[in-house]
Amino acid sequence: MTQRVFRTICCGILGTVFVVGLFAQGFTHYPYALQFREFPNAAPSSMHLLGTDGLGRDFFARVIYGTRVSLLLAPAAALLATAIAAVLGGVAGLRGGWLETLILATADLSMSLPLLFVLIALRAFLPLDVSPVLSVVATFVTLGLLGWPSSLRLVCAASRNLRQSDHLLLARATGYSNSQMLFRQVIPHLRPIFLAQFWISIPLFILTEATLSMLGLGVMEPLPSWGNLLRGSEDFSAMSANPWRLVPLFLLVLTVICFQFVLPSSEELT
Amino acid sequence: MWGYLRIALLFILGCTTATRGGEEPSELHFCLHGEPKTFNPILVDDEASENIRYLTGGVLIRVNRQTQAMEPGLAESWKVSKDGRTITFQLRKGLYFSDGTPFSSEDVAHTMRSLMDPQTHSATGDAFRSGPGTIEVQTPSADVVVVRFPAPVAGLERLFDQVAILSSKSPKKEMSVLGPYYVSEYKAGSYVLLRRNPNYWKHDARGNPLPYIEIIRLDIQRNRDIELMRFRRGELQLINRVDAEQFERLQKENPAVARNAGTGLDGEEMWFNQTSSPTLQEYKRKWFQQTEFRRAVSMAINRVDLSRVVFDGFATPAFGPVSPSNQFWFNSSLPAPKHDLQGAQALLSRAGFRLEGGNLKDPAGNRVEFTLITNSGNTAREKMATMIQQDLAELGISMKVVTLDFPSLIERITRTFDYDACLLGLVNTDLDPNGQLTVWLSSGENHQWNPNEKTPATAWEAEIDRLMREQASLSNEKLRKAKFDRVQEIVAEQQPFIYLVNKNALSAVSAEVVGASPVALNPQVFWNIDTLRLNNSREVGAKQ
Repeated sequence: MTQRVFRTICCGILGTVFVVGLFAQGFTHYPYALQFREFPNAAPSSMHLLGTDGLGRDFFARVIYGTRVSLLLAPAAALLATAIAAVLGGVAGLRGGWLETLILATADLSMSLPLLFVLIALRAFLPLDVSPVLSVVATFVTLGLLGWPSSLRLVCAASRNLRQSDHLLLARATGYSNSQMLFRQVIPHLRPIFLAQFWISIPLFILTEATLSMLGLGVMEPLPSWGNLLRGSEDFSAMSANPWRLVPLFLLVLTVICFQFVLPSSEELT
Repeated sequence: MWGYLRIALLFILGCTTATRGGEEPSELHFCLHGEPKTFNPILVDDEASENIRYLTGGVLIRVNRQTQAMEPGLAESWKVSKDGRTITFQLRKGLYFSDGTPFSSEDVAHTMRSLMDPQTHSATGDAFRSGPGTIEVQTPSADVVVVRFPAPVAGLERLFDQVAILSSKSPKKEMSVLGPYYVSEYKAGSYVLLRRNPNYWKHDARGNPLPYIEIIRLDIQRNRDIELMRFRRGELQLINRVDAEQFERLQKENPAVARNAGTGLDGEEMWFNQTSSPTLQEYKRKWFQQTEFRRAVSMAINRVDLSRVVFDGFATPAFGPVSPSNQFWFNSSLPAPKHDLQGAQALLSRAGFRLEGGNLKDPAGNRVEFTLITNSGNTAREKMATMIQQDLAELGISMKVVTLDFPSLIERITRTFDYDACLLGLVNTDLDPNGQLTVWLSSGENHQWNPNEKTPATAWEAEIDRLMREQASLSNEKLRKAKFDRVQEIVAEQQPFIYLVNKNALSAVSAEVVGASPVALNPQVFWNIDTLRLNNSREVGAKQ
């Protein structure tokens, strides 16, 4: 009962955050990039609900537009990573043999690469004249393309168990074709794992984007994201003087907690 | 009775003597912002090593950082020949290195030979290389040295401010020094401990030996926030170079410790890629090579806003390649940079650009858009780039900002030339324009907008080449100044670099430190290290 209530509350919070991000224009009349240079670092007021940043940009507008960037693209990257993990992990687990060894070795190799340095190197190779929107999409696609190996190992282990299970043997004996086996037996059995991996990856990608932005390599200015908004929190004394600047951090923590609560429990998975 | 009293008196005296003897020697703490790469003064090419060289090295001539005038150091006097090729030093007598080795003209000769040896690859030595050939050093006596260069060296005396004299005889080699301190301990990645050189030649007006402070501990600390936190806690007494945001907060907390020495030598600038790189589209190259385009961009940038918003007012709009704090070489007749949108629009329309639906288009109909690159992690530069983006949007120019890690950025601006425009800072350590020769000569590697040109690409670059070569071959400072003033005028007209701001020289000095008077020149806060004192501690001067 308690868990269900928590889950409902978390879904409500996530839904609200998503809606505000998606329809940002309806919640603020300030463009996120407009600089009010006479009022840099202003405190919250009726004109600027969360004050302004160092360049005089409305901080509330930047937070809700930043929500859009982080909360729409992180699930997309998570979907991509989970899809890659599902296909490769499924094939490796169900086929076994040299193919499984090869795929697992590739996953191990990918996991041993320092993700941050790979992202920095990839960013350096991107053409310079891409728009900020395209750049942010490229960042999240890269995250999705590099974020599959840990999910893959889990999917592969589950598929291997499934391959040796009695009901798959029975289905094969009944004369199911490969596609029937895949859609009627394999995918329904692995769906909870796919879902869990998808939900786990979202906060992970939000945090990775935040880290990249902290390094100045994430979402390009003037486009806001939770990550680049959090860059101001590097300086603790500045933050303690302007605590409202911690709103993106609060939203990030709240969202990550909510994602954890809406995840299916281990009992549900089994 | 008297016996007990005598014992008691002796005990009290003994206690007093023990307390005095147990006093901590005066110790000054501040930070180096990187690992010193070398303690050999002739190999210095990084800021941390340069600071160590300043604190430990004895030089023949010292540039006074406050007056910017030259003062005698190890040389009592000097004379430069009319042709600017020979300098004769009269050395001080009876001086010793920190390890007790006597100082003589042989040491100067040894230093100059080592410095100019091509195998040494000394950046300091490169400044003396004005022409092909080798230097000749003669030592007619133990206190006279004559150094003859193959070609005239402009501003020759000032260059000796960077030449710390090495001992030719000491077994300690470069660790034996003639400056106020010597390196006593070094723990890589942690600290450098300097102790007072007992053989330092300088004395104060009352005849007390200098420096006053016994020990300097230089902690190696790259993180500026941690440095500031330690300063606030009283663990550090100085911070050399505080950024504007930190300075403002420090000023609010304790105005006495925040020291603003006014406009510094360092500047921030942007430039357009004018190279013939195949990665740059032809129509963009045409814009970037047009003087009207560059001037229009320059006029559209609101430098006053950049100074006020990004640097909290601790910067001044930049005029040109020389900061106003460089008293002699700054050309004060240059026009002040103006934010003039209408003027910029007029220049662009004269060059055939037109505004269509809020977008600027060139005569061929291409939309004017380009990318500005800068190094990631530098918040001030990222803010400046974002403000320039909004300023140029008012002209209908679409500018994208891309931050790159430093090695990728350097690769693009020096090797692949795959970029449109770049925003970076210029760190000026040398007051003399000869230090900027590789920037202004069209054949120079640091001629950033179009490096290593075989022949000057434009008439104005050819004129700059001629003027820079002429000033470098003259020994008359007034004539040199006239030539370099003209260079500054051409740069202001042509805007190959769009100078943005000159940052103020900001520092922090604890109330414990007496005698600090930070200046714009490096090292801003400890340039007069030998006369600094610490409150409430045992110093050499205090003992007298």
